[in-house]
Amino acid sequence: MWAAPCSLPRPAHQTRMKYVDEYRDRRIALTLAGEIARRTTRDWVLMEICGGQTHTIMRYGLDELVPPRIHLVHGPGCPVCVTPLEIIDKAIELASRPEVTLVSYGDMLRVPGSRSDLLQMKAAGSDVRIVYSPMDAVKVAVAEPRRKVVFFAVGFETTAPANAMAVWQARRLGVENFFLLVSHVLVPPAIRLLLRSPHNRVQGLIAPGHVCTVMGYQEYDQLAREFHLPIVVGGFEPVDLLEAVSMLVAQLEDGRAVVENQYARSVTYRGNTAAQQILRLVFEVCDRKWRGIGTIPQSGLRLRPVFASHDAEQAFGLEEISAPEPPECISAQVLQGLKRPTECPAFAGRCTPRNPLGAPMVSTEGACAAYYQYRRQVAPVGRQGNE
Amino acid sequence: MNESSKSAAALACPAPLAPGEIVLLGHGSGGRLTAELVRDLFLPAFDNAALARLDDQAIVSVNGCRLAFTTDSFVVKPLFFPGGDIGSLAVHGTVNDLAMGGAQPLFLSAAFIIEEGFSLQELRRVTASLRQAAKEAGVEVVTGDTKVVERGSGDGLFINTSGIGLVPPGVTLSANQAQPGDRVLLSGPIGDHGMAIMAQREGLEFESAIHSDSAALHGLVQEMLKVTGAIRCMRDPTRGGLASALNEIAEQSQIGIELEESAIPVREQVRGACEILGLDPMYVANEGKLIAIVAPGAANQILQAMRGHPLGGEAQVIGRVGSENPGLVTMRTALGTTRIVDMLAGDQLPRIC
Repeated sequence: MWAAPCSLPRPAHQTRMKYVDEYRDRRIALTLAGEIARRTTRDWVLMEICGGQTHTIMRYGLDELVPPRIHLVHGPGCPVCVTPLEIIDKAIELASRPEVTLVSYGDMLRVPGSRSDLLQMKAAGSDVRIVYSPMDAVKVAVAEPRRKVVFFAVGFETTAPANAMAVWQARRLGVENFFLLVSHVLVPPAIRLLLRSPHNRVQGLIAPGHVCTVMGYQEYDQLAREFHLPIVVGGFEPVDLLEAVSMLVAQLEDGRAVVENQYARSVTYRGNTAAQQILRLVFEVCDRKWRGIGTIPQSGLRLRPVFASHDAEQAFGLEEISAPEPPECISAQVLQGLKRPTECPAFAGRCTPRNPLGAPMVSTEGACAAYYQYRRQVAPVGRQGNE
Repeated sequence: MNESSKSAAALACPAPLAPGEIVLLGHGSGGRLTAELVRDLFLPAFDNAALARLDDQAIVSVNGCRLAFTTDSFVVKPLFFPGGDIGSLAVHGTVNDLAMGGAQPLFLSAAFIIEEGFSLQELRRVTASLRQAAKEAGVEVVTGDTKVVERGSGDGLFINTSGIGLVPPGVTLSANQAQPGDRVLLSGPIGDHGMAIMAQREGLEFESAIHSDSAALHGLVQEMLKVTGAIRCMRDPTRGGLASALNEIAEQSQIGIELEESAIPVREQVRGACEILGLDPMYVANEGKLIAIVAPGAANQILQAMRGHPLGGEAQVIGRVGSENPGLVTMRTALGTTRIVDMLAGDQLPRIC
């Protein structure tokens, strides 16, 4: 199902957009905010899933622009944040081995494990490298055949296809010294867990645009029906998110509960089927622990047995370890939208991005880190953002 | 505390850093880790009034003359990049640190730390560029040093330059002098240098290449000082970018700085490259831009003087100094909302998605 976005003035950028300014346009944003305010007759709790969307909301102060009766709460969609301590400890353990080159996206390097982080390991002499694509890690493995090159494969359905392709290519090229340390997670099972909770207060959902670019939004149709929940697939710019909120409010006020696609310039109903195919070929669904939430059944991906020789956990005989979360952290409640980061007694005091107690503070896209970075003590300006 | 006990205390405990901690790349980022290293380790060790100002240069008096003195090391990779190279950068960086104190730069030193195996032809190229940049800036390299380290102990070539300049009478610029009501001026678009380097390193190609803004700013500063004495402080926002330099001023003056996002110029290619790599141009290095905090009544006049100079043609008033939120930099976003512009702990890291 494809629903046309609401009939608000859309920028004339859909066909000739040169850049992203149109999606950050003050006039369009204020028009959308005005439309939301006009349609809102009661309190609504809306959740955005993706950390990138949380980041945009806080960076542009979108929660100041929407009317006070719209409560934006933030979901568990920061891949760095929800990567469990145990996997980070395993990455650190691998990096400490002299024969291993650990390759990762940049923002995983700063995430603390139980005792250290990968930046510290790098400074202490471990071979830790940053890449922009897992294919670059395969190139490292080809160029340096004596090294055991481990790519730290974290993220949602968004990053999984590229990682799958890297393993596929490594197998095709006979690159035996390339491994994945996999901690992929899937969005829909986490949403289902959240909506089934007796404490759930989320009434409308902004689905993650990048994940849906890969997966389409068929799975979200089921969620909308199952929970009678309005869902709008949203983009990542301020105008995208305001439009998504506007579409959700329209559904809620009308009593509708369907999936609509605000991010139509990137997302189709079926998604990227080629990416889905490589994903199915290389990975299989498994139970997965989420930092701050716990184990969610059928919420992760792992390498299929046929690719076991590229699976770092098996190839290096990594043992299961258990690393408890600090008890003071309320991240489970924050990640389910039950509490705001600023309601945590440890926020900005005992828990900061430098010394995070838990998941949402570890990456800039985590809800707590976004509040810390953009909001921690500034008096807000007028709610409509006008002079 | 008397002088001797103060220095004894400094010697006994120059670094309240946790035992076992090691230096990270982030300690060189110009962000909060750098600031903490300076505050907790270097300042207590060397403890003196000139250093404690924490400006880009020390101002010292010698026989009634006020001298500006500074030093800077250059470890840029690649050595040659669109818009400059390590040689010209080594001149511009040090000249600019002097100029930010209002000084007329006079003499430089140049120390070369060279890795065994480095090409003499490249060394000649760098030296020629350094000579040319010094000539254009009107400074002389009057002393130097050469060290060669074993292959693997360096990264091709590092250069250190120190500089001395003369501060004209009546000129006193310092990051602790910003006052509520002051205006914040920026001499042109941000992020050019950092993204020129990054694009080169990552092999990013654009319709037109991003060129470093590396330039000597003392001529621009002189034009600004001619207009009025109402300039409180100047900074060149190098590593750590505009955000870090403004945070330092906000902290040292204990005032709040309120920026207008829409007033901050960023070239389109730089914005594009930043979007691709997931970086914020506010934290990207510049090597030919300056920030000036000026009294409100003089802002327009100084802005006009800046725009009359080739290196300040795109100068803008980007914000004002306020008394709310002391020590913080805030920004009115393009949408009219307000947010913090924080100082980062270390380097910006490319994001997963």
